[in-house]
Amino acid sequence: MSSARDNILGRLRANRPHAAPTPPVYAKPLGWDRERCITEFMTRMQAVRGETHRVARDDWPAWINRELPPRGIHRGLIGRGAVAEKLAAAAADEFTLTRYDHAIDDWKGVLFRDIDFSVTGTLAGLAESGSLVLWPSPDEPRLMSLVPPLHIALLDAGRMFENFAALLAAENWSARMPTNALLVSGPSKTADIEQTLAYGIHGPKALIVLILE
Amino acid sequence: MNQTQAFHRRIDAALHNDQLRRNFRSALSGIQAKRETQFPDDTQLQSLREQARMVRANALVRQPELLEQLEARLTANGIQVHWAETPQQANTIIGDILQAAGARSVVKGKSMVSEETELNHYLEQLGIEVVESDLGEFIIQLAQEPPSHIVAPAIHKNRREVAELFHRFYPDIPYTEDIDQLTQSARLILREKFAAADAGISGVNFAVAETGTLCLVENEGNGRLSTTAPRVHIAITGVEKVVERLSDVPPLLEILTKSATGQPITTYFNMISRPRQPGELDGPEAVHLVLLDNGRSRIRVDEELLDTLRCIRCGTCINYCPVYVQLGGHAYGTVYPGPIGIALEPQRIGIDKVGTLTSACTMCGACGEVCPVKIPLPKLINRLRAEAVNEQRTTTPLLGRGSLRKPSEATIWKLWQQMYSRPRLYRLFTLVATRLRWLTPGSLGGWTRYRSAPRPAPRSLRELAMKEGFGSE
Repeated sequence: MSSARDNILGRLRANRPHAAPTPPVYAKPLGWDRERCITEFMTRMQAVRGETHRVARDDWPAWINRELPPRGIHRGLIGRGAVAEKLAAAAADEFTLTRYDHAIDDWKGVLFRDIDFSVTGTLAGLAESGSLVLWPSPDEPRLMSLVPPLHIALLDAGRMFENFAALLAAENWSARMPTNALLVSGPSKTADIEQTLAYGIHGPKALIVLILE
Repeated sequence: MNQTQAFHRRIDAALHNDQLRRNFRSALSGIQAKRETQFPDDTQLQSLREQARMVRANALVRQPELLEQLEARLTANGIQVHWAETPQQANTIIGDILQAAGARSVVKGKSMVSEETELNHYLEQLGIEVVESDLGEFIIQLAQEPPSHIVAPAIHKNRREVAELFHRFYPDIPYTEDIDQLTQSARLILREKFAAADAGISGVNFAVAETGTLCLVENEGNGRLSTTAPRVHIAITGVEKVVERLSDVPPLLEILTKSATGQPITTYFNMISRPRQPGELDGPEAVHLVLLDNGRSRIRVDEELLDTLRCIRCGTCINYCPVYVQLGGHAYGTVYPGPIGIALEPQRIGIDKVGTLTSACTMCGACGEVCPVKIPLPKLINRLRAEAVNEQRTTTPLLGRGSLRKPSEATIWKLWQQMYSRPRLYRLFTLVATRLRWLTPGSLGGWTRYRSAPRPAPRSLRELAMKEGFGSE
């Protein structure tokens, strides 16, 4: 369809509007310190039914051991790398952990049916919108934070940014975009029936953020 | 039946459908308030609107270069780029990709551009199963109806109608009118589809030229699933969706989600730059982008009308439109309803086809005030009205320009112009009109269907003023 391409670009070039100024790079500095960022993040996340807990940096496996079994949640999905190894080493006996260590193509059905929760790290948190930033990787693939009904996300308290614009600027994203980058702000939801909010449509029904301090 | 008669017939049907009007009124009632809570500070809102306007305006000026850059970056990233001038070309491209990949089943994320091409219909003819996975789109696919709103496609249906649809198609699921339970039913039905689909099709909210990134905004996770779980992902979008830099995205994302749904951000913002890379364990092995023109490049002929293409499809103008609230989306008869539809569709399709849409506007100005990218919608609609009755019947700058001009109407306005620019003639006219007011016809076409005919006063204002001793200045 190269002719379609040439025709479209030709028409666009033939009708060139007057130059418009290049907009300045958008920034919205809020002057929030780390504590303010954490509390704003938690408020926003809770407002969309995201669960948030502040836990000591090394205590999150213990939190999982303590909190999940009473909720009847046992079948976990872990990736590879530090987070996975830590949970694998510390997980209580009632958990069965599946490792996401080979390509999805031949076990999609298991992932969709036989997993209750997943645990992943995150790249950062955004305070103003209450968002987690994820860069899925071979160690923590894309579907991990999407298919299991419960997603547990570990967020380093030292990785809070005021907003998306601040993060993009601070970490020079444009030079190093990954295959997939995500902002996740709560469990999945819809308002497609009568504009009434309902949670847990296609993505996780629940999202728990453990803020590690 | 000409386009105006057909439009009036649809309007009539919509206005006499009490259930439909109740559904729209109740669904739209809170939507404005929700948006307004997201913008407590008007100064901040106005500066964000200006930023968003500049981002989109800049992208349109540099559109050919940005599209080439986008294509180069995507290609370097391993995403295949296809160009389509017409809906038929776009459908053929997508059908060919799916057939070459041996894909028999497709899950779709929401895409209004695919509504332009009637993609589902085309693919079904090829024997490919297409399942809409956005809850609203899923509902109207069952009902075999087009979307009635660009963001909330099933807004015209109430929970009982949804419950009946689900019951008809999935009789094994117990009947319920509870919205949470209906949502869970859709989850169960569609999870099987996501797990089994060979390919996913999605739209695009912003395509970033600088990095070769496709951005998708959504709440449900169906967009992420459609673009991640199957082995092939095909994105389709209009050529105007390109933006220059990654740093242009945060202001657009913020104003889009706040305007469209009254949320500070949607649940998911999904940025896709590559297909599955060696060592990665999921994601589609092939990603395609189809760039569709379908009349868009023609809109650039006129600098004023170009503003139409700044649109980021948030639907806010629709939510604030007093005409849309009464009519709903289907009455417009076009893919895009409401103010943006009135401005866009006659330009895209031709005034001779859908120019009569411009009559569905009260010029109240609400759409122009809330548009996040400051599209002067009332001005555009007014311009289109004038172009529709232009003396010259030409195809530039607008397809079907002058095609709605009626000789009788033109003559009346000519006479009006003569009379109102000649004081003596005007005085003679008011004298005759006031003295012979009993001759006013009682039936004046559409006007007197629902209203009484206007009748001139016994004395003109000028006469009364003279009587009170005012001079002629």
